[in-house]
Amino acid sequence: MAFRRFVSHRAAVVSCAIIALLTLFVILAPFTARYGVNQSVQGPPNSFLNPRANAWLGTDDIGRDLYSRLIYGVRVSLLIGLASAIISVTLGALVGAVAGFRGGKFDDIMMRVTDLFLAFPFLVTLLVVRNVLGALPWLRPITGDMSSVRFIIVLFGLFGWMGVARIVRGQVLSLKEREFVEAARAVGASRRYIIARHLLPNSVGPIMVALTFSVVGAIIGESTLAFFGYGPQAGDGATSLGILVGAAKGAVQTGYWWLAVFPCLMLIVIALSINFIGDALRDATDPRLDRGV
Amino acid sequence: MLRYILRRLAWSIPTLLIVTFLVYLALRIGTDPVASYKRVNPRATRAKVAEYIDVNGLDPNFVQGYFKWLRNFITGEWPRSIKGRREVWPALKDAMANTLRLGTAATVVGIFFGLIAGVMAALRPGGKRDVFINTSAFVGISVPPFISAIMFQLLFAVYWQKWFGESLFPTSGVYPAGHTGFDLFLMLKFMALPTLVVAIQIIATYSRYMRSSLLDVLNSDYMRTARSKGISERRVLIKHGMRNALIPVVTIAALDVGSIVGGLIITENIFSYPGMGLYFLKSFGEGDFPLLMPWMVVIVASVLFFNLIADISYAWLDPRIRLE
Amino acid sequence: MAEKVLEIRDLHVTFDTPSGPLEAVRGVDLDVSSGELLGVVGESGSGKSVTFLATMGLLPARARVTGSVILAGEQLIGASPKQLRSVRGRLLSMIFQDPLSALNPVHRIGDQISEMLRSHQNLSASDAEKRAIELLDIVGIPQPSDRARQYPHEFSGGMRQRVVIAIAIANNPKVLIADEPTTALDVTVQAQILEVIERVQERFGTAVVLITHDLGVIARVADRVNVMYAGRNVEQGTIDSLFDHPSHPYTRGLLASLPRPGKQRLKPITGFPPNMLNPPTGCAFHTRCEFAADICQGELPSLVSFGDLETACVRARDLPKSESFA
Repeated sequence: MAFRRFVSHRAAVVSCAIIALLTLFVILAPFTARYGVNQSVQGPPNSFLNPRANAWLGTDDIGRDLYSRLIYGVRVSLLIGLASAIISVTLGALVGAVAGFRGGKFDDIMMRVTDLFLAFPFLVTLLVVRNVLGALPWLRPITGDMSSVRFIIVLFGLFGWMGVARIVRGQVLSLKEREFVEAARAVGASRRYIIARHLLPNSVGPIMVALTFSVVGAIIGESTLAFFGYGPQAGDGATSLGILVGAAKGAVQTGYWWLAVFPCLMLIVIALSINFIGDALRDATDPRLDRGV
Repeated sequence: MLRYILRRLAWSIPTLLIVTFLVYLALRIGTDPVASYKRVNPRATRAKVAEYIDVNGLDPNFVQGYFKWLRNFITGEWPRSIKGRREVWPALKDAMANTLRLGTAATVVGIFFGLIAGVMAALRPGGKRDVFINTSAFVGISVPPFISAIMFQLLFAVYWQKWFGESLFPTSGVYPAGHTGFDLFLMLKFMALPTLVVAIQIIATYSRYMRSSLLDVLNSDYMRTARSKGISERRVLIKHGMRNALIPVVTIAALDVGSIVGGLIITENIFSYPGMGLYFLKSFGEGDFPLLMPWMVVIVASVLFFNLIADISYAWLDPRIRLE
Repeated sequence: MAEKVLEIRDLHVTFDTPSGPLEAVRGVDLDVSSGELLGVVGESGSGKSVTFLATMGLLPARARVTGSVILAGEQLIGASPKQLRSVRGRLLSMIFQDPLSALNPVHRIGDQISEMLRSHQNLSASDAEKRAIELLDIVGIPQPSDRARQYPHEFSGGMRQRVVIAIAIANNPKVLIADEPTTALDVTVQAQILEVIERVQERFGTAVVLITHDLGVIARVADRVNVMYAGRNVEQGTIDSLFDHPSHPYTRGLLASLPRPGKQRLKPITGFPPNMLNPPTGCAFHTRCEFAADICQGELPSLVSFGDLETACVRARDLPKSESFA
């Protein structure tokens, strides 16, 4: 029934198609891209060529095809988005479920801490946390170097779990008082069992919604970081959507509009699509709407 | 109510201390203040470095160092920037003023239009107006501010200039270079684009909140009672509907300041607008501890302040909330 | 004979639903005389609430209403919004089931009553306030001047319903429609509320329409009863006559299904309420009626006289005499 509700959101269905297409495109990168990520389109002069036959979206400062770089870049960004979202949601769901279920001091402290954290300007906390993460030597094995993609994934994974925890906690709180939980308790189920077998499965809706918004958050976050020069510095000319968007800053003044417009458009399309999907998911799984006509 | 406020204020002191301590820790670990100082002043003598460490409370022992910093901060003896020994307060003061101006303008414009849009959408749910407003709001939220900032820059400044000779709105700074004194018109002209960018985000967010809140209210039973009293539809809407609909919106508003500031920071950077955002990015990039800590304190204090405002307005608006 | 204050003739209400048009009220005639308490009984879906929401003009715009509703000489169906607004709250009032959600949580009780007063009478703020306190006293709220300054959440359920009644009678309407006013309340409180309604009636001579599915409530206070099923009237009469010799099988079924002391088995009415998207032809009750015959599936039956009652059962004459539930 939720599926049917989801499908009734036309924008979301279109978005699913778009994302699916995009994913397919970038997975098949060596075939769909026309050039390598670091490959010049032609011999010099080749910088800042506007869109033309052998470079559909133009070239950048050293003559690389924007279209191909966009494909590889989106691949990296989607990876970052998905991987960090999985981390955030796993962490967040667990913490949120435990906090909501146990209540008491643990829950209280958790909530105040996350509230405070979330109240700070996003970029500030992101940058500060990023630096702290990068400076702690004992984290190095997990995160890798500060300019690596792995680092970014861990960063957003750690960043995003708080929002997810709140959502899951809210859901658990409302489920806690329902009869089936009481019934489970009455037959002596352990707390862990109740959380794992009853509460979490019934929170799938909000968790999925949280997942989509985490993906979007990470992708946009990565772009924001890259924009200010703090993004992943992958070697060999490898790029991410964020890096490409970051280059847009300089392109504006100089009039090489394709370098700004296409990456930005791509980002907007991805962000919009995922947001539509998340919104439709939220509507589809909203228990209030189950009340009927 | 007064007791509640006083108690909250009392609680905010330890909170302030704890949070600033955490910030202190984070900055020390993350930005390595001493190394930054040495990097910016490569010819600094050992004595100067030691003085820097002492004056900023950068002792090896974090706790000790924190309290040293705290003492200096409270007594007004703020250490100077690592670059050129600039005084902190004038720069911070200007940054605060600029950001306050930009933020207030954007917030006022944003909330005003956002609430109106939300009301208009809620009054005819599912209609064309509603769909338009909702979708626009959605797009507004999905597009990160730096993208819209770039797009506007492209459109209004660069291309406008190409097509019409001169740019409609300037793209950087508060006044044209070299300008002194106060000129309202010029100031507004320079503020136009950044305000627009931030306002868009605000309008998008608040129109959605208002729409959803008003829809909830319009469907509630007391609206039916109000109508059955035979009072005019306008009165029903304003006196009964709006007050109830505004309650959740106001609460979120005060707490949402953080995200508005986030958008501000990015926007300021793109438009080279010398506010708190630019201040932070520059000092953070340099690892300028003496500049950063006071900035952080201002931010933390504002966050706590707006949290308090949120709670108070919530209680003031909704008599069901009893503050113990 | 008392004059008629409310005359409903051939009222039809149709809703446009995603599954097609739903006719919730399929031709209802009803009279309310001045000062009487008319009980309107029926299951959920019988159309009893919708009939009176239509009378008040409180249905959403997607509802189509035809027929005639005359209140104190004025035709309400098709009247302009301005006309309707002047009638609502002044000549005609309605109270609803859940008193907590019916009151605006952010306004004081006294103000909510004053608002009702000042929208229809030319009173100053202080006069309205005084009158509001008087009204609170009439409905039995202790310390009314203190309570008037409080908010709805500070009242108990029964008290809130009294406040709702006070608001409804503030302008001395000719008719007060009470839609399931006691359903959300405890049994002991129910009795109190009914008593308040009776008191108000005596004092102001207001006609009251009491809509409910609870026959026990009807038995206590009603003068006359109108039984509805599937959007139409099926029986009408004075309370004593109806309880003593109900003529329509549905009414009999309702009365028989009331639990009674003594170890008798409960006798529910078999079957389920009809689907109003596609109601049964002819007499809608025939699918559940133990006396149904072919003739019942024919024309849509209307109320006809049958002794001192009015009934819509075409086989009323042929039915065995019913037991008395008096």
